[in-house]
Amino acid sequence: MKDNKVAQALKTWTSRLRTKKEERNAVCHVPEETRSDALISVRNLYKKFGKLEVLNGINLDINKGDVVAIIGPSGCGKSTFLRCLNGLETPSAGEIILENEYVFKNERVYLKRKMRAMKEESKKTGKPLPMDEFNAVNEEYLALRKEEKAIAKYMETAINLHRQKVGMVFQQFNLFPHLTVLQNITLAPMKLKKVGEEEAKAKAMELLKKVGLAEKANVYPSTLSGGQKQRIAIVRALAMEPEVLLFDEPTSALDPEMVGEVLKVMTELAQEGMTMIVVTHEMGFAKEVATRVIFMSDGVIKEENAPQEFFTNPKDERLKEFLSKVL
Amino acid sequence: MFQDIIEILSSWELVSYMIQGFFNSILVTLISALLGLFLGFVVAIVKIAPANKWMKVPKIICEAYTTVFRGTPVALQLFIMVFAVFAIPGFKPYAAILTFGINSGAYVSESIRAGITSVDKGQMEAGRAMGFTWLETMIRIILPQAIKNIIPAIGNEMIALLKETSIIGWVGSTPGTLTFDLNAAASTIYRTVPNYLASGILVGCCYLIVVYAMVFLIKCIEKRFAKNER
Repeated sequence: MKDNKVAQALKTWTSRLRTKKEERNAVCHVPEETRSDALISVRNLYKKFGKLEVLNGINLDINKGDVVAIIGPSGCGKSTFLRCLNGLETPSAGEIILENEYVFKNERVYLKRKMRAMKEESKKTGKPLPMDEFNAVNEEYLALRKEEKAIAKYMETAINLHRQKVGMVFQQFNLFPHLTVLQNITLAPMKLKKVGEEEAKAKAMELLKKVGLAEKANVYPSTLSGGQKQRIAIVRALAMEPEVLLFDEPTSALDPEMVGEVLKVMTELAQEGMTMIVVTHEMGFAKEVATRVIFMSDGVIKEENAPQEFFTNPKDERLKEFLSKVL
Repeated sequence: MFQDIIEILSSWELVSYMIQGFFNSILVTLISALLGLFLGFVVAIVKIAPANKWMKVPKIICEAYTTVFRGTPVALQLFIMVFAVFAIPGFKPYAAILTFGINSGAYVSESIRAGITSVDKGQMEAGRAMGFTWLETMIRIILPQAIKNIIPAIGNEMIALLKETSIIGWVGSTPGTLTFDLNAAASTIYRTVPNYLASGILVGCCYLIVVYAMVFLIKCIEKRFAKNER
């Protein structure tokens, strides 16, 4: 009798938890009318570091299988943009959507700005506030804030799941020096995806063979060259089977003669249909491998085009200047 | 003086005082070191955790804790703890151990914090980017690397702690109680053999032996962790 009651209570409790979880999940779904086929949609993305405005409204759709090369002068926000995509940086405003789920949403700042402007104007002109209009905006703001806060709260924990879908390769490799190459690769699949050790190892070895580093499986990263490290870093990201791979200047910290081996691996990946976003200074790679090339400057996308058109017929003045210097 | 030393060593009663003091010193150090390590670890993690609304109050508490316990003499803390905060009969040695532990925790926390911050920032980013939570990244990736930098500093602190415990006798000690440490043994021996140099040298040797053993242990541990990484 007593056991029965306990079981009943447990059942209702778990079901309540489950519905709560679903409710929280539902918060992140993009409304039907604005859904798209894009893997990642970025809308009006802004990022400020204090007073420094790094991203000034980025709009970008990335489809499955795209290889997007982002080029641009240093300090224009390329890396920041990439880091925003997997939540290493929190944007100031805008939307990031992955597979029709909000990863980040903050549009209420515009409404807040609008309200502030209304107040200031009434102060300046001495006219009373147009209360109806103001209240309407305020109501809209409060509703949006509730929704966005719910998304933000949900993403506090869900961001880690999101990151499993978005692999990242760093300029400085960031391999874990206290683990062997194999452990570096199997750590995340084993601990996060709960893949069995044997399976994870087999997968890792297969990937290592693909990049030609199978014999380095049991050494520590400090014995490897830069190019080898970066190839391992790519394998490490691939082992999680991400939807999209982000490359943050993957060849910039390498000796010139090691750039080729890393680019070769990336090219193979692109040919296999991996979705990639690559911040790079390698114009050759952008020209040959990318399906789209994006030029960023001053925190906005100045030009976006297919590589052939992009390099032979640039339209933006800043891009012309940039290309004349690097090509 | 040699005669005095031999006199002390040939008297079983006096030698037993020293043995008692020896083990009490080690015991007190060991327990307070464990307490200090645990406290220091927790405080360091809290201090280094990303600032959000949940961590605000714990951060302030930890900050205040290190400030107070590093900023006041340990003897003062001992007297306050033993005679004011825990003025319970029979609780004296435990209050003293608690004091040493809490005091040592403040220093240990800073050592651990320094060790953790010395690990490259990219490691945390790489861990987070793979989908580990902050705590998971800390435990699986940052701490194993930081421990190599932490151990020498911790060893230093443990040696200092051993010698710090020599004031435990100040709150009153009689043979047979836990507060009867090596230093107290020296004072007691002085009453029988009135030559402080003799008893001082003997007790000093005991301290040296313990410290030497600790240094050896620390080196072994360091080597073990150095093996992990090349």
